[in-house]
Amino acid sequence: MRKPKTRRLYLVLACGLCLGAAVGLMLAAFSSTLTYFLSPREVLVKHPAQGLTFRLGGIVQMGTVKTTDIAGVPTTLFHVTDGRAAVPVVFTGVLPDLFREGQGVVAIGSMAPGGVFQADEVLAKHGAAYMPKDVEQSLKEAGKWDPKYGPPPAADTWNTMQVKAGS
Amino acid sequence: MNENVLNGTRGEKSGGWLHYFANPGRFMRVARPALPWLAAFSVALTACGIIWGYQFAPADWEQGDAARIMYVHVPAAWAAMSGYAALAVCSLLSIVWRHPLADIAAEEIGPVGAGFTFVCLVSGSLWGRPMWGAYWVWDARLTSVLLLFFLYLGHIALIRAFDNKAHGYRAAAILALVGAINLPIIVFSVQWWNTLHQGNTISFSGGSKIYVTMLYPLLISSLGFYMSFFTLVVARICAAIAERKTRSLLLAAAEQTP
Repeated sequence: MRKPKTRRLYLVLACGLCLGAAVGLMLAAFSSTLTYFLSPREVLVKHPAQGLTFRLGGIVQMGTVKTTDIAGVPTTLFHVTDGRAAVPVVFTGVLPDLFREGQGVVAIGSMAPGGVFQADEVLAKHGAAYMPKDVEQSLKEAGKWDPKYGPPPAADTWNTMQVKAGS
Repeated sequence: MNENVLNGTRGEKSGGWLHYFANPGRFMRVARPALPWLAAFSVALTACGIIWGYQFAPADWEQGDAARIMYVHVPAAWAAMSGYAALAVCSLLSIVWRHPLADIAAEEIGPVGAGFTFVCLVSGSLWGRPMWGAYWVWDARLTSVLLLFFLYLGHIALIRAFDNKAHGYRAAAILALVGAINLPIIVFSVQWWNTLHQGNTISFSGGSKIYVTMLYPLLISSLGFYMSFFTLVVARICAAIAERKTRSLLLAAAEQTP
């Protein structure tokens, strides 16, 4: 007969293992539901039905943003890309402050006829990089990074970079 | 109940260090004198980190001053998750080894952890509105942190819900251990699924995606938040032990007087 302490420890470990396995299987099964948005590539592969609401996420493609002002309400047309595929998006309304070419965005809406994504709402997805203005400027001047083309280069190339005083 | 008595008598031989430090009286003798120092360090580090972050650290190139909310948001999130990990360890000690101090610690970690989680949720929400364009979205990271908040609240309620304290401790310990599975989900949610919440900035392997002059105040503020969490919990445990001692003395006195 084992000591009650040891028995309880084994019991807790066994329960923990079972619970971990159950939750792991559940998360794997629901993985597609837990994903907050589809990438353009997934949209082209899965072909969501017209009128079905979903979220489209990716980067605003360089040189595709066109804004027209109709009676004071701006309508913006742009492409969302993940580097392998691009989906044209049309949105009527005011975009978040962070919206720009090269910015990550999540658009909520549905596919309209003609393969255009009709967005009801556009959210800006901020990247994980934090740097002061002068570091961004000197990266740009050195030709190492242009925010219009997406996220910055590997972190260890700039996170302790020396910046010229006064720039 | 039986083995508690046994441990008391052979504690020196087979109990080991675990039993040595789990003694409430011994804990009080160490913690009481340390409390003023802990409190002073917590306040100094937190104030240093936050003032540095809000006054002297540079603004972000893209978000501007709004990025400064990270000097509160990130430390609060880290402290809240570590606090839950500590709660889970206390629950394991409580269930398997029946440590009285672990029960008291679990009871006192709950409210502090819920407070830190609340700060994390509110600060993130205030940042989300100007940056994302929404106070709240139901992505995996935000939802799992909200679940952490509810787990803390459930633990607070459950551990105090029984007239027989021991029943509350068992039930709450099971809840805390089951809820611990949420911790890896929070940490890896931004890697496993597409989320609106950004990915990890700080990384131990490879470079952190943050410039040094913003990293240092963030780390100091985090240290301050960790210390504050620890100090609050130790102070609450001391108060709880003192309360129990007072109650049992009063009871004994009431029984002696006819």
